[in-house]
Amino acid sequence: MKGKSLVSINDYTKDEYIKILDLAEVFEKKSVQNILQGKVIASLFFEPSTRTRLSFESAVNKLGGKIIGFSDTSSSSVTKGETLYDTIKTVSNYCDLIVMRHPLEGSARFASEITNVPIINAGDGANQHPTQTLLDLYSIRKTQSTLDNLNIFMVGDLKYGRTVHSLLMAMSKFNTTYNFIAPEELKMPEEYKLFLENHGLKYYEHRDFTDIISKADIIYMTRVQKERFTDPIEYERTKNAYVLKNEFLVNTKENLRVLHPLPRVSEIEQEVDMNPKAYYFTQALNGVFIRQAIITSILGLI
Amino acid sequence: MMKDKILEVSAIKDGTVIDHIPANSLFKVISILGLDKICNKITFGTNLESKKLGQKAIIKLSDVFFFDKDINKIALVAPQAKLNIIKNYQVTEKKVVEVPDEISGIVKCMNPQCITNAEKLTTKFQVVSKKYVKLKCYYCEKITDQEHFVII
Repeated sequence: MKGKSLVSINDYTKDEYIKILDLAEVFEKKSVQNILQGKVIASLFFEPSTRTRLSFESAVNKLGGKIIGFSDTSSSSVTKGETLYDTIKTVSNYCDLIVMRHPLEGSARFASEITNVPIINAGDGANQHPTQTLLDLYSIRKTQSTLDNLNIFMVGDLKYGRTVHSLLMAMSKFNTTYNFIAPEELKMPEEYKLFLENHGLKYYEHRDFTDIISKADIIYMTRVQKERFTDPIEYERTKNAYVLKNEFLVNTKENLRVLHPLPRVSEIEQEVDMNPKAYYFTQALNGVFIRQAIITSILGLI
Repeated sequence: MMKDKILEVSAIKDGTVIDHIPANSLFKVISILGLDKICNKITFGTNLESKKLGQKAIIKLSDVFFFDKDINKIALVAPQAKLNIIKNYQVTEKKVVEVPDEISGIVKCMNPQCITNAEKLTTKFQVVSKKYVKLKCYYCEKITDQEHFVII
């Protein structure tokens, strides 16, 4: 992984996933160290973000590294019309690694082609967000003690949600069974279902939350966004159908954990936060360890 | 049948005849091969009757020969195209085009949010389906299918 950019979750093999997860476990035990002393990490956020940017910066700071960069484009030359090409070429002179988020899809791949400084993609539009997927894998392994043979329920916006698509691809290496709960308009796209069929993996589709979730090991919730609907009446009709409430979790498995990439709007009732099966805030904390593992691996410090 | 075909292409002494181009792809083929920029003699016919294609086009090029990797680019818009290589008025070789595994340039990515539509860079695709051509963008990972091809 040394010197190699992480642009897409498909850039890593199953063995590499495991290596990163194992390393994140080590950082979870000791997340304050001096490994990154003397290293400069550029954090280029062409688009705002809370969790991702702060967890990257927290990860670097705890390991003694320095952060340079911007958290939105208003304080950079992008507002003067600078191309991404020029920004990346310039910033490459000042740092050992670039973490970037950009609204255009494929921007991180493009950046990785024009510089020798490794790039970590912290989200390129609706395309990829590989560090989120790795932290999801970490959270799943931590709560289930394994990644193999699990039954994962994905709920909400399965059409546009990049996190569910990347997670689906990553989990396909672990003989996962998938259940998709989504409104008609936001169903899992055909290409992903075809991918699962080609890999001999089972998936089931449902329109509603039912007793079926009693089989789940993981429920992965996502936001159902109003702007995704062509028909506003359809939105009003469906928005409440995909809200997770405590009562739904009564007859579920003991090991079940509820994950959500956050931010949450109203798709999980606040009452669920106190339920021992709710895991989404700890999931966000795991992001720090996983990012420490990724950064130190790419810089060849571990 | 065979005889008719040879008669039809016998007008050029040496060169290449590209046949079985869908009529509505003729100008795309011209553009992909850069035929509008060369000085050789070119004849083309379009809206000709074809049992296979309905209406087809044909291009006759004097003293022009193609490498496979170049001619295969037209497979994106003319997957059934056939080439006759003419030497001294005789068809010396027949070729069919083949959709390559990778495509660089030629087509735009149909995703308006793709970086290739914003910055100066050459598009790059992996061909994920050849019968009904589907291209996966190397950058944004989205699919552009043949129905949505916009030739650069």
